[in-house]
Amino acid sequence: MSESWILTALLVLPLGMAFLILIIRGDEETVNKNARHAALWGTLFNLGTSLLLWAKFDPTTADFQFVQKLEWIGDVVPYHLGVDGISVLFIVLTAFLMPICILASWNSIQVRVKEYMIAFLVLETTMIGVFASLDLFLFYLFFEGGLIPMFLIIGIWGGANRVYASFKFFLYTLLGSVFMLLAVLYMYFAAGTSDITLLLQYDFDPGAQKWLWLAFLASFAVKMPMWPVHTWLPDAHVEAPTAGSVILAGVLLKMGGYGFLRFSIPMFPLASQEFAWLIFALSLIAIVYTSLVALAQEDMKKLIAYSSIAHMGFVTLGLFVLNTQGVEGAIFQMLSHGIIAAALFLIVGVVYDRLHSREISRYGGLVHIMPRYAVFFMVFTLASVGLPGTSGFVGEILVLFGAYKASSLLAFVAATGLVLGAAYMLYLYRRVIYGDLEKEDLKDMLDLSPREMAIFVPLVAVVLWMGIYPAPVLDVLHVSVDNLLANYNAAIAASEPVVEAVAAGGAH
Amino acid sequence: MYKAIVFLPLMGFLIAGLFGRAIGTRASQVVTTGSVLLSALLSIVAFFDVALGGNTYSIAVMQWVQSGDLVFDWALKIDTLTVVMLVVVTLVSGLVHVYSIGYMSHDPHNPRFFAYLSLFTFSMLMLVTADNFLQMFFGWEGVGLTSYLLIGFWYKRPAANAAAIKAFIVNRIGDFGFALGLFATFMVFGTVHLDTIFAAVPDVAGSSFLFLGYSFDVMNTICLLLFVGAMGKSAQFGLHTWLPDAMEGPTPVSALIHAATMVTAGVFLVARCSPMFEYAPVALAAVAIVGGVTAIFAATVGLVQNDIKRVIAYSTCSQLGYMFFALGVSAYGAAIFHLFTHAFFKALLFLGAGAVIHAMSDEQDMRKMGGLRKMIPGTYIMMVIGTIALTGFPGTAGFFSKDMVIETAYASTATGSEFAFVMGIFAALMTSFYSWRLMFMTFHGHTRADEAVFRKAHDAPASMMIPLAVLATGALLAGVFFSDLFIGEGRDGFWNGSLFILGDDIIDAAHHVPFVVKLLPFIAMLTGFLLAYQFYIRRPAMPGALAKRFSGLYAFLLNKWYFDELYDFLFVRPAFRIGRFLWKRGDGRIIDGFGPDGISALVLSVARRARALQSGYVYHYAFAMLVGVVLLVTYLLAMSGGA
Repeated sequence: MSESWILTALLVLPLGMAFLILIIRGDEETVNKNARHAALWGTLFNLGTSLLLWAKFDPTTADFQFVQKLEWIGDVVPYHLGVDGISVLFIVLTAFLMPICILASWNSIQVRVKEYMIAFLVLETTMIGVFASLDLFLFYLFFEGGLIPMFLIIGIWGGANRVYASFKFFLYTLLGSVFMLLAVLYMYFAAGTSDITLLLQYDFDPGAQKWLWLAFLASFAVKMPMWPVHTWLPDAHVEAPTAGSVILAGVLLKMGGYGFLRFSIPMFPLASQEFAWLIFALSLIAIVYTSLVALAQEDMKKLIAYSSIAHMGFVTLGLFVLNTQGVEGAIFQMLSHGIIAAALFLIVGVVYDRLHSREISRYGGLVHIMPRYAVFFMVFTLASVGLPGTSGFVGEILVLFGAYKASSLLAFVAATGLVLGAAYMLYLYRRVIYGDLEKEDLKDMLDLSPREMAIFVPLVAVVLWMGIYPAPVLDVLHVSVDNLLANYNAAIAASEPVVEAVAAGGAH
Repeated sequence: MYKAIVFLPLMGFLIAGLFGRAIGTRASQVVTTGSVLLSALLSIVAFFDVALGGNTYSIAVMQWVQSGDLVFDWALKIDTLTVVMLVVVTLVSGLVHVYSIGYMSHDPHNPRFFAYLSLFTFSMLMLVTADNFLQMFFGWEGVGLTSYLLIGFWYKRPAANAAAIKAFIVNRIGDFGFALGLFATFMVFGTVHLDTIFAAVPDVAGSSFLFLGYSFDVMNTICLLLFVGAMGKSAQFGLHTWLPDAMEGPTPVSALIHAATMVTAGVFLVARCSPMFEYAPVALAAVAIVGGVTAIFAATVGLVQNDIKRVIAYSTCSQLGYMFFALGVSAYGAAIFHLFTHAFFKALLFLGAGAVIHAMSDEQDMRKMGGLRKMIPGTYIMMVIGTIALTGFPGTAGFFSKDMVIETAYASTATGSEFAFVMGIFAALMTSFYSWRLMFMTFHGHTRADEAVFRKAHDAPASMMIPLAVLATGALLAGVFFSDLFIGEGRDGFWNGSLFILGDDIIDAAHHVPFVVKLLPFIAMLTGFLLAYQFYIRRPAMPGALAKRFSGLYAFLLNKWYFDELYDFLFVRPAFRIGRFLWKRGDGRIIDGFGPDGISALVLSVARRARALQSGYVYHYAFAMLVGVVLLVTYLLAMSGGA
């Protein structure tokens, strides 16, 4: 295909910019200024390129598009890229959030600006690489490699307790990636290829599927994060700088869900069916448990982190009910949550920049001095609550429709999230925004600056657009999701006569 | 034209909401009020076209969501039921906009207030014009949101904030039921489009499906779930607790949202879904019984409240109960007629109460009023009209609609109808009592108000009095003019199939009930009036003495049957306690304790850990990752070299 350069451009451009920033010389102030501008323009350019990718994407086929395959490290790890309807929008999401991250760090990062911008640009390359890889090893490299800049971002530019947080993050992800690495190696030797397009065709032995599925679960569940391997997330969020939280919530959490869609479900369909109950149980626990925990939080970032876990519970639930509404809803929910959670962390960042506290009780009555801020906060709160007309609604309601198809009980328990979600978000909003302005140190806080407005206006626009007219997003998904489900159902159907034959054989 | 009716208020909201501070108070008022009034005018034209002309429309706006076989659009369904609601919503909303210009004149946040009012109107219009359940849900949640925003409009007050959240959460509990009903509907019918579902109901009726692991009758289950949503929105018994607290909002809001329009959304929902409820006898019985219980429960609480707005709020709750039991006995026309007339006289009473509060310098406690008749005679006359209409004085709007509701309950043989009838009669007595109690305490006798406040009391400006006069006209005449269409000879042509009744039309039978049944509501009304007269005019010491004598009962009623305390004990406090427990114990002690913290404690001694956890340490993790990746690549290279 003639446009196959686009994916490579998306990967190379941030790296090139990072390199440029690396060689900037001069006094510190100039370097910082140039680094900021270079990062901003680089990420904006990448956003434009990703929109081109979306525009040129052909939603009528489930085949991989923009495919590019080159020899790379030996002949084992080829450079093999391509996207389908499931992955293409995650790339757009990543490219959309990056310039916002750079803008959000404009003034709040004052030390080691150069390194900070480089870390973010490298992070962008690895994240896009995860969604664009069509080779198992390449995927693994990007998947794990992306954690390195994230560790550094939390560990260097983070808050007071940053070392504990990155340590916890490290322990969890290490555990997951060890299992995943073993699974990846097994798959390579079993199928004789690391090409994802070929692996998607390969029928793994039903017995092996179970172990592979569980190994991948170990990694993806940590990333999502699913209950009970979620406790690293609140700490990581609390300690991460605002932009770090944005990327963490906006993109990194989606890698687990993407992994389920790319590997667990299509490559191990039998195991997916067999273990669906496990996912359901963990998802429902996550929704109810973390919503209740969110209700009790005293730290704004922790509260939003817990709400993220609850929302990710909807995602895993939707993925494994394995019907059109569930899977499309789950993908939509991931994209939507990527925007909303990112926006909410930015919202917290605004007041954190001013008061340097995330404690809810330090705030109150901000509406009196920050009316514009109050409006944006309200919109994102409502989107998080899943009010119709916002993007949060479309994802949640589709997942619930899908869940009900699988079992009314799933929908029943998950729908309690609608009530609890409203409770903790509105309770947060009330404590921060409403009430009388009594605390002295709040009284001279400034409303949103033009730079901050430039961050929030696009986010609001996207949230409303995806809520009122989500067709451009859903249309991209349809064919690929149908294909995924058709293959899954075919695999399940193919396995059933065998099971009967075995049963019959056992009877003899 | 129909798109204009719905989208004009949205335009008003956008202009006032986005540019309110730039264009100023006056321009915001003009834009929002003008667009809603224009919308009202068009609604009246639509009423002639659809309700009297017999046309129906289905207007597509644009696609909303399509996922597999689940498709729903933005589209308008216009039939008689819709245009009746259009007229009620836009007319009351327009009058409330006008009234608010006077009422809110001292408030610094006028553009925001008017923007919210217009947004509410838009949401309500989306609700009543929905041609599918999802758009209805959009409107449903939209009115919930604007109700939340308007109750909490005075965000400095902790009570207003608490009331706003309570309203949203309790409504969400109802929405939880609504949503489940929606999912079940889609599961059974494969669509969420109303007309398609209605056409398919007879084929499905009587079959069973699995719900939460048990087998239930399909239509009864779906309708009961939808009814839970209706109960939340319409403040029915059990989910009513938010409505009285909602009085923390500005009074025009109470009139518009918590009397005339939003709270009747549940009634609208059941009437709209009459083709489904007709095949769900158990659900209908539940509607009738819950309606009856609410009618009597709210009336008993209304007897003893001292806040003028709360009395009217409980009265609204009680009247909604009437509407529901009419629905429950399949008298949909009567229910909608009562909704229609109630919108006039209840909005009148609220706005009148607002004028009283305005005159009394924001005092709402009736114990600090009295004797106001001479100071604000215009308001007094309006309130008298509202009161006689509410209590059903012959000839007024309430007389036609309420008596019809009670008569249908008598004539019906459906489950729960006798109960509803008895409750309806007793509630009518109490309605009359608390309404006249309100009038006597506020306007008659010697004043108990502060001398300075009392002397300053004056009638409201024209912008407030004109809406009152319009509503008063409706409260007096709506019955005479419209009863034939809604519930009389002309009703079949009028409703034109927008309400569905399986079997005989109960309103026929209701027209032929014994004369004594027709007389009973009147007697109840008269008794209530005389009791109130005895208590509050002739023997003002009596209420206090009675309250002391039956102090337990009095406290029980005054505290609203202790519902708030009960819910607080059962749900609110446990939710927070469990949340804390899971956080500190579940996440902290168990998961972290055995997980990362436990592991690190195993690996490093506590002292060493403290030393090692210096900031440079993070590089080690990153380095470890990097080494892992490099090792993998090397290994693979070696493998490929070997091969």
